[in-house]
Amino acid sequence: MKILSGDPPRSLLLSALLVAIAVTLALAPFLFPGAKPLNVAAKICVFALLVASYDLLLGYTGIVSFAHTMFYGIGSYGIAIALYGMGPTWGAVFVGIVVALPLAAMLALAIGLFSLRVQAIFFAMITLAVASAFAVLASQLSWLTGGEDGRTFQIPELLRPGMVFLPKDVLGVAFTGRTLSYYLVFAGALVLILLLLRVVNSPFGRVLQAIRENPFRAEALGYRIVIHRSLANCLAALLAAAAGALNALWLRYAGPDTSLSFAIMMDVLVMVVIGGMGTIYGAIIGATLFILAQNYLQSLMGAASEAIAGAGLPLLAGLFHPDRWLLWLGVFFVLCVYFFPSGIVGRLRGDRSS
Amino acid sequence: MTATDVGAALPKEKTDILPALLPALVALAALPFVSPSTWLTLTVAGLAMGMMIFIMASGLTLVFGLMDVLNFGHGAFIAVGAYLATLVLLPMAGYMQADSLWLNLAALVPAVLLAAGVTGVLGLAFERVLIRPVYGQHLKQILITMGGMIVAEQLLYALWGPQQIPLPLPTSLRGAFIIGDAAVEKYRLVAVVVGLAVFVAMMLVLNRTKIGLLIRAGVENGEMVEALGYRVRRLFIGVFMTGSALAGLGGVMWALYRETVNAHMGGELMVLVFIVVIIGGLGSVGGCFIGALLVALLANYAGFLLPKAALVSDILLMVAVLLWRPRGLYPVATR
Repeated sequence: MKILSGDPPRSLLLSALLVAIAVTLALAPFLFPGAKPLNVAAKICVFALLVASYDLLLGYTGIVSFAHTMFYGIGSYGIAIALYGMGPTWGAVFVGIVVALPLAAMLALAIGLFSLRVQAIFFAMITLAVASAFAVLASQLSWLTGGEDGRTFQIPELLRPGMVFLPKDVLGVAFTGRTLSYYLVFAGALVLILLLLRVVNSPFGRVLQAIRENPFRAEALGYRIVIHRSLANCLAALLAAAAGALNALWLRYAGPDTSLSFAIMMDVLVMVVIGGMGTIYGAIIGATLFILAQNYLQSLMGAASEAIAGAGLPLLAGLFHPDRWLLWLGVFFVLCVYFFPSGIVGRLRGDRSS
Repeated sequence: MTATDVGAALPKEKTDILPALLPALVALAALPFVSPSTWLTLTVAGLAMGMMIFIMASGLTLVFGLMDVLNFGHGAFIAVGAYLATLVLLPMAGYMQADSLWLNLAALVPAVLLAAGVTGVLGLAFERVLIRPVYGQHLKQILITMGGMIVAEQLLYALWGPQQIPLPLPTSLRGAFIIGDAAVEKYRLVAVVVGLAVFVAMMLVLNRTKIGLLIRAGVENGEMVEALGYRVRRLFIGVFMTGSALAGLGGVMWALYRETVNAHMGGELMVLVFIVVIIGGLGSVGGCFIGALLVALLANYAGFLLPKAALVSDILLMVAVLLWRPRGLYPVATR
């Protein structure tokens, strides 16, 4: 109970689902030894953290940010640039984190102070503008970021696949540096999600929810709205940057498509809505379902598209082309916001009020 | 007391002239850094770009002012307008390439009418289907309209394919006037004239007609207008359609300016439009006009003097304006 900060899932089915996901992820290197399943598992961990940190903004504070991938990207690029420039040492990892995380927090603070002073709707517009400018900047400053190609880099020796801690005959699966990096990602995500759970159930988290429900009343009770919203924004940015750093360490790569593109922002929005806004647990469920769907449905779409094209309907085939994944995602997203606003977690908890 | 007496008894509204002078100040400030002929070219380019952005942004700001609806899908109408124009302009390429203003216009006018008309009707559909159910809920509004934007953009990809469509200017609008050493492109002048015409027409409608009076009153206090027996909702739908049609028109103009059409232009311009609307003050048409000119002029000067800085010049401008006036240049009183 204490580790969940007194905020249990409050639904038998939900608890079972969460336990199943956590156990599967914890044992992933041994259950699914292949490279692709492990990639999927690591991506689920990273996105669960990213989405949970976004939930702090959207679900708990009630403000919409379109700059979350920017902070995620800052974390990714921080690690990438440090390791690329300084070589594969732990010192470089440290430098990357120490530079990227405060940078993300400062930027979040600056954006917050500019846009949250007046009204929350400014915030959505300004984050959109700043994030797109940042994406352009990152692709233009190619001497620093590698431009459109991004940066591929080496990670410290301890995390490389060539490093073997336990040979294959001990556990049936070799425990290599790759396994260790998976556990680094897993543990990082787990600890930070538990931290988020702690934050939203603290007095500070309660004030955030009060502001979401009724800003005037919260202000009248003596809570400074701007300060609370800005702090939430900074915290979310920090955790998003941490998720980005973990992702970069896992992929050994940072580039515009994997860490800055607007498509990722859309993914995060979909995950947080289908999981359930304002629950943190929703982030885990949403990320898991979404990434599984993305990895296995997208190829299904390709097959469907080819079948339709074979039937002589080129226009329809175009609609189902795997590149049009975002189209169906958008439709699904809009339908979710209308008809399923409480998300899976809300539905499982039997909460139909929102 | 007659009506004029009442007017005289009211305190005179303070005119706030300083923000309106900003574009002129920016233009003057740039003068020492470039040669006069370059300055003229850049200024006309900036004005043309600003007018086009204003045409796209004006609808968005009015819709927000009137109904507190922020449409993140506005950019979709820009791109859709441009694609619709290609439906007319590409088959009529012969008319476009003919060396006769009238033949060129015979292709351009139907293209613009089609683009503006269809985007207007699409605006109606967008309002009915997407925005009405979440009316009054900001959070859902942002999410839904953003979703709508993504879907529209992807549909454009699916229907027209990912490649850029070249859209050459008609012959009579190509080329430039030579004034001294400076070259001023004809199309830019056309854009300035059209933009000014839209601005003046909008100002006349807003300030001189009953509809305009109702819209302005609705922006100030919608409930009171409703209480007086006018249907603000109906007014709002009209404004929304007009705004969407203007976005479509702006899209056509922008596509001709760039001489290409692509599906992601909507998203890119959307960001510019947002910056302009924030700088101008949400809901203010005049502020939007000033903001558009400021952003475009600065972008052109910066692009010439410091190309790298041009990438962030509009963000920096927005930051500076918000530091000076946190609600934008001409904030609307009640928001």
